[in-house]
Amino acid sequence: MPILEVEHICKSFEHTEVLKDISFSLEKSQVLSIIGSSGSGKTTLLRCLNFLEIPDEGVIRVHGEKIFDGREENFLKESAIRKNRLHFGMVFQSFHLFPQYTALKNVMLAKELQAKKREDFKQNKKQILEEIRTEAEGLLEQMGLKERMENYPHQLSGGQCQRVAIARALALKPDILCFDEPTSALDPELTGEVLRVMKGLAEQKMTMVIVTHEMSFARDVSDQVLFMDAGYVLEHGSPEEVFGNPKEERTKQFLAGFFAG
Amino acid sequence: MDLFFEQLPIVIGSLNEGFLQTLKLFFVTLFGALPLGLLISFGSRSHITIRMIFKIFIWIIRGTPLMIQLLIIYYFPGLVLHNAVWGGDEAGRFAASAVAFIINYACYFSEIFRGGIQSIPVGQDEAGMVLGMTKSQIFFRIKLLQMIKRILPPMSNEILTLVKDTSLARIIALQEIIWAGQAFMKGSQGISGAIWPLFFTAVYYLICNGVLTVVLGKCEKKLEFFK
Repeated sequence: MPILEVEHICKSFEHTEVLKDISFSLEKSQVLSIIGSSGSGKTTLLRCLNFLEIPDEGVIRVHGEKIFDGREENFLKESAIRKNRLHFGMVFQSFHLFPQYTALKNVMLAKELQAKKREDFKQNKKQILEEIRTEAEGLLEQMGLKERMENYPHQLSGGQCQRVAIARALALKPDILCFDEPTSALDPELTGEVLRVMKGLAEQKMTMVIVTHEMSFARDVSDQVLFMDAGYVLEHGSPEEVFGNPKEERTKQFLAGFFAG
Repeated sequence: MDLFFEQLPIVIGSLNEGFLQTLKLFFVTLFGALPLGLLISFGSRSHITIRMIFKIFIWIIRGTPLMIQLLIIYYFPGLVLHNAVWGGDEAGRFAASAVAFIINYACYFSEIFRGGIQSIPVGQDEAGMVLGMTKSQIFFRIKLLQMIKRILPPMSNEILTLVKDTSLARIIALQEIIWAGQAFMKGSQGISGAIWPLFFTAVYYLICNGVLTVVLGKCEKKLEFFK
């Protein structure tokens, strides 16, 4: 059974249709890259998965369980959305770390807030917080940030910030990790360190949906590639199919811009 | 000169007493207007009808002199409604002053808060949301401190102004420091026709605002650990 099924997602802003009948599915441990020019709707699609935008129509299933249906009111309640979006982790283009917290606290915060709702929190407070801390330290270590845990975001480079943001998203153990152009705000030197971390996650079988302009990376790491144009999925297949043998003229045109020379 | 040194202890004693009332009004206003201002700032960012009501209210309060507001709040219930809610004593005058000052300053504070909230990038909300946080968690755990850092300089300005504005309560005869200084012109405790006590009150304001400037500056420094 696929871990993620997206069926007939539509989304408009005012009178502009941004997503037009988008469907795809993803198996556990697969990596899906979404490519396309700016304004093609790829970021909106990702934001719909995290419910930062609410789709107008369509169905989203995770592990076969319906977590969104545009026709059913009960999926639109704030509490339902808050619970269901935890299936997804999100890494933003410009990190959005919390500036007043250290790298470590950034990773721990959401987990701590969740833990406070546990019934045994008062009795086992010390132990629970210790566990959260150990886990967060482990994640930052995995991101190569062992020495940077007590630094504040403004003391870190862009690449380091983005790796903290990845650790922060992983802390809640999402089923699917989403990336919205994670390297677009970084200079080329720092891009490499973030891509390496993402490659590492793919090797560890993390299920990921990545909106990216890094075509070589998408080709190397992805199991599926989705090319979007003007709100439609124009091409969808393995990286070999989409990069090696695109069917649509528009796809060829787009890729030519990247791989020319 | 001998006379001056004779009068000085009497004047200082009286001014100290008045300044205590000034400080009381200052602190009561500050601790009342800060939370009320936050509530008003939420109101002025909510649904359109509610927002319009708050906007009009803020417009009226900021658009009219605090002195008139003091007079209306103090005299209107008794003179027009024939219900002297405040009573005629010092406690009543203080209560009326506190109400007028809290409402007035809450409106100014609310606009500073609104600017502060709006200046925080929407990405902070979104980052909190994707981590499953509730709206109040996002506000109190993520945005509040960032907001405080941003609004501290304009807030400091407003707070220093408040110290001096408390003197307006003189208009309804609240026995704050200006009232105490003025008393020696008309005659009090055997001193009359003396204007220097009134001038001397300025020293109190100056010292008070000096202390506040240092304290608020320290607060700003404290928040420099993040950007």
